[in-house]
Amino acid sequence: MTALLRIEGLRVEFGDGDAPLVAVDGAGLSVAPGEVVGLIGESGSGKSLTCRSVMRLVPRPGRIAAGEIEFDGRDVLAMSAQELRDFRAHDAGMIYQDPFSSLNPVYRIRDQIAETLRVNLGVGKADARAQAVELLDGVGIRDPERRALSYPHELSGGMRQRVMIALATASRPRLLLADEPTTALDVTTQAQILALLLRLRAERAMAVLLVSHDFGVIAQVCDRVVVMYAGHVVETGPLAALYTNAQHPYTRALLESVPELESAGRRTRRPGIAGVPPELTEVLPGCVFKPRCRHAQPGCEAISMALEPVSEGHETACPVRPFAGTGSAPTARAGAQR
Amino acid sequence: MTDQLPLLRVEGVMKEFGLRRTASERVARSAAEAHRAVDDVSFALRRGEILGLAGESGSGKTTLARCIVRLIEPDAGVIELDGVDVRAASGPELRELRRRMQMVFQDPYASLNPRMTVATALLEVGRVHRRPGAENGEQFVRDALERVHLGPGIATRRPRELSGGQRQRVAIARALAAGPEVLIADEPVSALDVSVQAQLLNLFGDLRDELGVAILFVAHQLAVIAEIADRVAVMNRGRLVEVGETAAVFGNPQDEYTKALLAAHPHIRLSRVAS
Ligand SMILES: Nc1ncnc2c1ncn2[C@@H]1O[C@H](COP(=O)(O)OP(=O)(O)O)[C@@H](O)[C@H]1O
Ligand SMILES: Nc1ncnc2c1ncn2[C@@H]1O[C@H](COP(=O)(O)OP(=O)(O)O)[C@@H](O)[C@H]1O
Ligand SMILES: [Mg+2]
Ligand SMILES: [Mg+2]
Repeated sequence: MTALLRIEGLRVEFGDGDAPLVAVDGAGLSVAPGEVVGLIGESGSGKSLTCRSVMRLVPRPGRIAAGEIEFDGRDVLAMSAQELRDFRAHDAGMIYQDPFSSLNPVYRIRDQIAETLRVNLGVGKADARAQAVELLDGVGIRDPERRALSYPHELSGGMRQRVMIALATASRPRLLLADEPTTALDVTTQAQILALLLRLRAERAMAVLLVSHDFGVIAQVCDRVVVMYAGHVVETGPLAALYTNAQHPYTRALLESVPELESAGRRTRRPGIAGVPPELTEVLPGCVFKPRCRHAQPGCEAISMALEPVSEGHETACPVRPFAGTGSAPTARAGAQR
Repeated sequence: MTDQLPLLRVEGVMKEFGLRRTASERVARSAAEAHRAVDDVSFALRRGEILGLAGESGSGKTTLARCIVRLIEPDAGVIELDGVDVRAASGPELRELRRRMQMVFQDPYASLNPRMTVATALLEVGRVHRRPGAENGEQFVRDALERVHLGPGIATRRPRELSGGQRQRVAIARALAAGPEVLIADEPVSALDVSVQAQLLNLFGDLRDELGVAILFVAHQLAVIAEIADRVAVMNRGRLVEVGETAAVFGNPQDEYTKALLAAHPHIRLSRVAS
């Protein structure tokens, strides 16, 4: 299947051009039509910048310094201002990490959605208001006529996130970029929001790139997973392959850090990951994970970080392969009991 | 004998907040309804145990935690530390109770002064509470940092020069510098990446084992509580709906709300939500 979204060699820089700070360094990923792809990694690994790059909304002074971004065969980085407006209005929608930053506090929910419909789709004013209510209904907001008259601060976190989804999907885009859409929510609300995303995917064959730092969230909704660390994609593969047979030490260490309900009553000691991710000012030769890696060897400082195939659709940037042949042991259960 | 007594006893604690009136209430000139954030809560924290306090946001966990150390005054109920009436205490007696019950917050900046170096912050606590060894500054700081598995090199840094995990360790070191018997930790690992969270959970377990400190561990993530707590108390709308051994409550929940929370908890096992 040809990809709906294809990112290759993406590089995002801050700082001045002579000595740039590289926040995303050669990242690549793809999303097929209708596919839900999870993007995971510790905070600061470059997930949000990667999503924003697709919308060409990297916050200044950040800039896309290199790479290719293709949507349905079109070169996003070469789009003119008008093409870019159309692309954002019709083809791709994004839910930003902080819902408050993208909802205007002084406008009623209905008017914000109507405005988006008018600007993006050229819908007339009266129609837009009616459609706004329909959209709220479509994302599972009860009593949508009344709720449409609310201001953002009058809504619960879960409802605000539904409004964000309504806004981002109003034009029925083929791709939704959802940056931590459930992070601030309670688990019961989170489950409802994830179910809503899956329903929209099913009804409209909408593809989703879902950013999360929560493996539990990713496990529930994604077909494939992309793991980022320090600006690099370090591993990618089908959900099951990644969770049961992770081949990059970073992915494994992250998975082994996740606490589980099943541990209840047994004291559990998980190693976590020692140290911290590198600062942007720290440029590490070879593998960027080496300083924190339990499996580091001489030579790791000279590797290229290029993804190499493990099996069909499963790739890792670790050439050492310390876990080769350990596939049957479910990674997620490897936390030691004591 | 004292072993039979719980270290911390909380009984019938209640806290109400007056709500601002809504527009329609103002129009109707009706009084704003009081909102009961903590409603008749009773539990005991035993010596050397880790008691998890679970519940969704707004269920009253923070309000309860703050009532216990009297950062806010409860409206009713009994709070006893080792048989001493916390609500009746004042002056030096209250200061001593607060030394014995230290709080750790989700945001370590809440307890760390951004302008103070780590060493200054730790020494301040030692001096205020006249802790043994505080007069010998350097050693006191080194010991305090070692307890939370940090090297002495950090002593000269300020909070913003630390990673999130280090900052939380310093906040814990600061709490421990007072020599408490109880730690009340309000979402202490909730803002951290899982990789760092795992190491802090190990630290809390070690502190209990090595110092014998009892911990009221507030967390909204049930899996975190599953792995750290001996017993768990579940809060919903200000009330404790279920209390028991962690394995028993999570394995065989009795309350409907507890069941719903457990059912919604995302598993890393490969199960999908219904769409
Ligand atoms: N405006 C900015 N100026 C400088 N650095 C930035 C800026 N925005 C993000 N960064 C840096 O880029 C890196 C990646 O950020 P981000 O994509 O937000 O990570 P994630 O979403 O994975 O947490 C981080 O190290 C962050 O500090
Ligand atoms: N200072 C306050 N004034 C008014 N209401 C408050 C105050 N603090 C908390 N509340 C309310 O009390 C309830 C419980 O809040 P909180 O204790 O923070 O819950 P949790 O920590 O479980 O998320 C919430 O409805 C909250 O809005
Ligand atoms: Mg982000
Ligand atoms: Mg709270």
